[in-house]
Amino acid sequence: MFRNQYDTDVTTWSPAGRLFQVEYAMEAVKQGSAAIGLRSKTHVVLACVNKANSELSSHQKKIFKVDDHIGVAIAGLTADGRVLSRYMRNECINYSYTYESPLPVGRLVVQLADKAQVCTQRSWKRPYGVGLLVGGLDESGAHLYYNCPSGNYFEYQAFAIGSRSQAAKTYLERKFESFVDSSRENLIKDALFALRETLQGEKLTSSICTISIVGVGEAFHTLDQETVQGLINEFEVVGEEPPADEAAPPEQGAGTEAALAPAAPAAAAADEGAPADQGVAPMDI
Amino acid sequence: MTKQQANWSPYDNNGGTCVAIAGSDYCVIASDTRMSTGYSILTRDYSKIIQLADKSVMASSGFQADVRALQKVLSARHLLYQHQHNKQMSCPAMAQLLSNTLYYKRFFPYYSFNVLGGLDHEGKGCVYTYDAVGSYERVGYSSQGSGSTLITPFLDNQLKSPSPLLLPAKDAVTPLSETEAIDLVRTCFVSATERDIYTGDKLEIVVLNASGIRREYMELRKD
Repeated sequence: MFRNQYDTDVTTWSPAGRLFQVEYAMEAVKQGSAAIGLRSKTHVVLACVNKANSELSSHQKKIFKVDDHIGVAIAGLTADGRVLSRYMRNECINYSYTYESPLPVGRLVVQLADKAQVCTQRSWKRPYGVGLLVGGLDESGAHLYYNCPSGNYFEYQAFAIGSRSQAAKTYLERKFESFVDSSRENLIKDALFALRETLQGEKLTSSICTISIVGVGEAFHTLDQETVQGLINEFEVVGEEPPADEAAPPEQGAGTEAALAPAAPAAAAADEGAPADQGVAPMDI
Repeated sequence: MTKQQANWSPYDNNGGTCVAIAGSDYCVIASDTRMSTGYSILTRDYSKIIQLADKSVMASSGFQADVRALQKVLSARHLLYQHQHNKQMSCPAMAQLLSNTLYYKRFFPYYSFNVLGGLDHEGKGCVYTYDAVGSYERVGYSSQGSGSTLITPFLDNQLKSPSPLLLPAKDAVTPLSETEAIDLVRTCFVSATERDIYTGDKLEIVVLNASGIRREYMELRKD
């Protein structure tokens, strides 16, 4: 992406029908440290890499509890993410207060998306520079959504955002079919494997990652460092490689998955998802 | 031609009595479960007690619709507090929040007579007593509601040392043990039930101590 005469205002279209400011906002998401989400029928796991600015500082909080049944992982401008989390928390509290029941995840992401859209159509505002992976449970089951600065949102079986997320996405694309019926422990393990992919050889320890989970009968919470380190140790002792696919024989699987990969992001039930892109770069996540 | 007076009131009194007693390492909060209107009983099984935080329990008598609205507001505020501060609200903090919330509606009050019980920062029992618009005070024991006029003098007599009527002020909490305090509460309600028509049916007792929270019930006269 290069500078051009149509990228100064968010309210200026380019002749090709693109809003460059919005696309630049999505670049900000790609620069943030990785965040990953995966779901099964009964659980949603959110995982993220915590990179501190320097050895002297603590790392930023990237996973927020929104309500007992919803959590969010962010990548990009964490300040924007914090503000949006506060908004989401308020919405959940108000909904609970009025209806004495938890806010359905699908409703929350629509409200979030509409809020993001406003910032793409006001000359005195700028788009939020943060991508949100919203994971939650409601009456219709476990859900994982991705909200981007453009105001679009998609539902996923598994997804990764932020820097070097493509490595994680490749891993997830290979394994996503097994997630639906995955056990809680295997789901967390898969999240850790995917997270490890983004580290490009750096050692995975519990001090540089955060794992959170929400599930049936389990309120959203973050796993403590000891538990996470224990899980990491388990699979590092057994062997470096993640377990082979049960769905199809590994060699065959690799070939067909590679063909599927460029088609679409690992999208599940299409009821909520908008069409993946308009053909050109713009909505490419 | 006399001036027309409003014959509709936004308030109603659903009766009931609440009591709380603070001990050295526990707090007992109790109320009856009868809900009435006028001379009728609406239900014999309505709880006036709510746990707002892990160390704060509130019992309220008065107009139960306002009580319920107040409980919801406080619960929502507590959730917000937890999100912002990553911890539960302490009882003294909740006490101040309750006071502010009540005063916020100074010119259309919550018709709710509250007693807040819990454990303070040191783990000692604490009881806060309120009027309808938020005036509050930390005390060693308190009673509110239709039976309070019968129970308060009895508690003054039995608990002696933490009485706010003593000058100079003595203990902040009662030296009684937890079981003795619960027994005293039972006695209070049995007596109040005899004379107060709005108190009876069942007694709900909540006990807060270092090991957590516990609930007990006792039958009361149903007439």
